[in-house]
Amino acid sequence: MTMLADNISLHLSGFDLLRNVSIEIEAGKVTAIVGPNGAGKSSLLKVLTGEMEPTNGAVFLNQQPLHHWELEQKAQMLAVLPQHTLLNFPFTADEVVGLGRIPHQTGSAKDAQIVSEALELVDASYLQKRFYTQMSGGEKQRVQLARVLAQIWQPSALGEQFLVLDEPTSAFDLSHQKLTLDIVRNLASRGIAVVMVLHDLNLAARCADNLVVFNGGVIEASGSPEDVLTEPLIEKVFGVKVTVAQHPVTNRPLVIS
Amino acid sequence: MRRFSASGLIWALAIILPVVSLLSMTLGTVSISLGELLGAASHQVGSNQVDTILFDIRLPRILLAIFVGAVLSSTGAVMQGLFRNPLADPSLIGVSSGASVGASLMIVSAGGLIQTGALLGLSLVAVGAFVGGFVATLLVYRLATSGIGTSVTTMLLAGIAIAALAGALNSLLSYFSDNDMLRQISLWQMGNLSGASWTKVTIMASVALLLMSLFPRDSRALNALLLGESEARHLGVDVQAVKRRLIILTALGVGVCVALAGLVGFVGLIIPHMVRLAIGPDHRWLIPASALAGATLLVVADTLARIVVVPAELPTGILTALLGAPFFVALLLQQRKEI
Repeated sequence: MTMLADNISLHLSGFDLLRNVSIEIEAGKVTAIVGPNGAGKSSLLKVLTGEMEPTNGAVFLNQQPLHHWELEQKAQMLAVLPQHTLLNFPFTADEVVGLGRIPHQTGSAKDAQIVSEALELVDASYLQKRFYTQMSGGEKQRVQLARVLAQIWQPSALGEQFLVLDEPTSAFDLSHQKLTLDIVRNLASRGIAVVMVLHDLNLAARCADNLVVFNGGVIEASGSPEDVLTEPLIEKVFGVKVTVAQHPVTNRPLVIS
Repeated sequence: MRRFSASGLIWALAIILPVVSLLSMTLGTVSISLGELLGAASHQVGSNQVDTILFDIRLPRILLAIFVGAVLSSTGAVMQGLFRNPLADPSLIGVSSGASVGASLMIVSAGGLIQTGALLGLSLVAVGAFVGGFVATLLVYRLATSGIGTSVTTMLLAGIAIAALAGALNSLLSYFSDNDMLRQISLWQMGNLSGASWTKVTIMASVALLLMSLFPRDSRALNALLLGESEARHLGVDVQAVKRRLIILTALGVGVCVALAGLVGFVGLIIPHMVRLAIGPDHRWLIPASALAGATLLVVADTLARIVVVPAELPTGILTALLGAPFFVALLLQQRKEI
């Protein structure tokens, strides 16, 4: 058990955004959260990362209630990539990724090395000295990804580490989508727990160990992609008739609409 | 866009500021040569009159300009970061409009007491301005703060509302004033360093040093805040505490500036903006560089204010706006070309 949401509900201005959701995020595994718009995926991420207090229930991070950790300690274990970041100041890519080192006291030489490695990992070394405000959507998203990677670049003495990504691939072309999934798998193999919201069911099927399907604020199904992605379930949740086949190469489920 | 090196700019300004200040000592209605200045400084030659002009009139005024300029532009940099808006300035949190009402109220109600009434060697107008500024900021802050924290968007709107209210109160006070009071009110609003004294310099210097020693602590937090508040929280920044701290420091700094020098406009808006264009938005460099640049601009503007219409003087605020506005327009045109 490393990150645990225990029977959480979120009630906001008259709406039930989450109802009795329990979820366990394991170290070394990739958990993908899918579901229709407004199903409560982002609300769950907000509760899991401590941005919102659940109305009922509790979230535990490395065996401690989430709010027991100091903000800086939490930041050393948990990095969060939001869907959009409204940065309109002319930082260079270097500086943006360097912000990911704020919770750490590793010294500027070490930080600079991590920054350049993180940028290289997301194929953005060429952006190093370029201004964030002048980059394309996909370039910005890659720089932000490098920032959260830099934040959990080294293991933490406090416990397991987590990476939470809200639609990390939305602005990416095919090759960078694949690159992101490779990075995510690689992090998981290093023992980091990855949680991400994805809209593309096939991407989710390809890289997730655990798939959680949200619908109307409750968990509709969860388990391995093979168990979860069935034709009746997809029709029930998304209201779309699909065919689920097997990917000829990966053998993972392939949703054809 | 090309960037200059941040440390290079800071070093350059650290050399320019003393040079400009030294020059400013020699300029004025009575011209004093550099030789006389050095002589007076080492007490070898020079008359009493030269000593008085240099050390009782010009030096405190230049020092006041340095500290006021540094505080206005560093708080400007801080507010632009906090509001994530490169066109924000310290007056957004209501401090200037509140101070304006406080000052007018004192001018109108205290009437004849203005010249004699004093507290710790400060005029009642200064005290009124400081109290007014602080009360307005408190009001804006309270309006924007709820159970979930302080919303900077609400704060912007509350600042506008309070400024409108203050504007109305100011007009009302002006309506009931006689000609002499009206002139005092409008002169005060132009911003003026001519009343500099060693008492004022001491107060302003302590506030400036306090701000300069506390701002570096929150520089990285401000950098993180540029990403957004929730992003900053995920980077381990206690956003609410940082906001409260910086707003209080800004209200204190700008409140004292306004109390001692009136409304000196444009420094807090333009200087951080220009410095950011030159060296980028990293607050670890932006805040000190802005402080130095603001100090330099205000010394230059105040020197011009003293010498352009000799033997009379212009209010300093007129010169900062006269120098600043065209520069700003040029910047806008430049940016328009780049877009």
